[in-house]
Amino acid sequence: MLIKKPSDIKPSEITPESVYKSRREFMQQGSTLMLGSALAGGLPSIANAQNGSRLKAPAPASASLNRSAPAAWWGDKFDNIQPAPDSEPYFTGEALTPYDDVTQYNNFYEFGMDKRDPYANSGDFQVDPWSVEIAGEVARPGVYTLEDIIKPHELEERIYRLRCVEAWSMVIPWIGFSLADLIKRFEPTSRANYVEFETLVDDETMPAIRSRFAIVRWPYREGLRMDEAMNPLTLMAVGLYGNYLPSQNGAPMRLIVPWKYGFKGIKSIVKINFRETQPNTTWNDLQANEYGFFANVNPAVHHPRWRQDTERRLPQTLFSRRVIETRLFNGYEEQVASMYSGMDLSRNY
Amino acid sequence: MQKLTKVVVFCVCLLPFFFLVIRIIQNDLGPDPAQELSKETGEWTLRFLLIVLCVTPLRQISGIATILRHRRMLGLFVLFYASCHFFSWIAFLLGFRWTTIVEEIIERPYITVGFSAYLILLALGITSPRAMVRRLGQNWKKLHRLVYLAAILGVVHLLWILRLDISEAVLYGALVFVLLGYRLIYYLSTNKKIFP
Repeated sequence: MLIKKPSDIKPSEITPESVYKSRREFMQQGSTLMLGSALAGGLPSIANAQNGSRLKAPAPASASLNRSAPAAWWGDKFDNIQPAPDSEPYFTGEALTPYDDVTQYNNFYEFGMDKRDPYANSGDFQVDPWSVEIAGEVARPGVYTLEDIIKPHELEERIYRLRCVEAWSMVIPWIGFSLADLIKRFEPTSRANYVEFETLVDDETMPAIRSRFAIVRWPYREGLRMDEAMNPLTLMAVGLYGNYLPSQNGAPMRLIVPWKYGFKGIKSIVKINFRETQPNTTWNDLQANEYGFFANVNPAVHHPRWRQDTERRLPQTLFSRRVIETRLFNGYEEQVASMYSGMDLSRNY
Repeated sequence: MQKLTKVVVFCVCLLPFFFLVIRIIQNDLGPDPAQELSKETGEWTLRFLLIVLCVTPLRQISGIATILRHRRMLGLFVLFYASCHFFSWIAFLLGFRWTTIVEEIIERPYITVGFSAYLILLALGITSPRAMVRRLGQNWKKLHRLVYLAAILGVVHLLWILRLDISEAVLYGALVFVLLGYRLIYYLSTNKKIFP
């Protein structure tokens, strides 16, 4: 088939937004510039000159970027993103899931049960002003503004696999910073064995919260063991595809724990609580026999409703299916397995 | 005239299938079409089940006997959409991996329930021709009462899949409850059984 699918398009073929916007100047400046850029290795060097970085997965020109930045200072941070390296674990050579699929196929039940609901219903969601409460076993608890939380950190691009417990997966270029770096700032005490996170609850901008037959008690809660939270892989994400996180993906900041099932990646975080004991998590509260605390990706441990030995890599069509063998720890075994040595993974799921 | 109404009903019943085929051709089923198709065909199966269960009460309430004429065709459409649903699952979600399919039917309770409902619908479909009605006699009525069980199993199958918000299952469940409840009340008040 000659017609290219979005997944056929390599990230290197996507024109960076800054280049696309400066095409008129490019043409006007004529041959000198062309010679210069040819020497420097092609068009992307113009992007280099403008913002000093060349992301492996910049925002596609078609992306609806009509949302304004959550706050003025965000622009600076997003102009200076450290691109992903060339090797695992912060990068993968697997085909990226197109921007439209990443932002229009989501599980975010506060906005509705259908995968298309978060994209459709999160238009009113406000991310500015936003504050995060830091509480529990830390020397520096308090209510911090989003600026206090994010500004001190350098943003980096990380291309991770995301594996949903429903047996589908995506490859997503996140923008964010190490959760470990954030945690260090608050100086957890020796009693901080676990980190607990909470999502915003706002029934005005999150329509499905008002549903009478939801069997969940909001807010959505998740948690990690301290070593999992401090693992270099654990990311506090504030963007994807070189741009701000859309509301349906968990704006303004959400957790990404790539070796665990996607539901551990709690969205729209408003509270981070450091605890001595293991916290309750929403899914574990609902159905403990199905959703464990650890939720490590494991092809040998089946969920009562979905087998986990394979996954559907999205996007796919009915006739060209992409079924992949699921890997232990979602392929991040080298970086995380040591945290679980000696643990029976079928009992601690 | 009879033939015409039957053709019209047939075409209308086929419309959901027709629109699904269009969406398949245009690749308009989202990034996970296998899942979306299974979900859609499952929902249509339940909807047609509800429609079939409405026929007898409607005939009672309206007094229009000709409605009954369409019951067999509607029932067969339940089987049709259930077969599309089952086929989507085996073909597009499990890629005809037969060992996996058998394992799933045995090991995942919600699939066991769904598959049992499908077997019932198959049995009803096979025994729907007039020749079978004659051959089975009294037993035909008893056998076809299994449609009530199929409806209940269908709702349970859906309920088991939904995870956080059971509104949809509650709605289908409530409708099934009303349609079965109607029959129960009719039976108790007149001592006459309606539909089979």
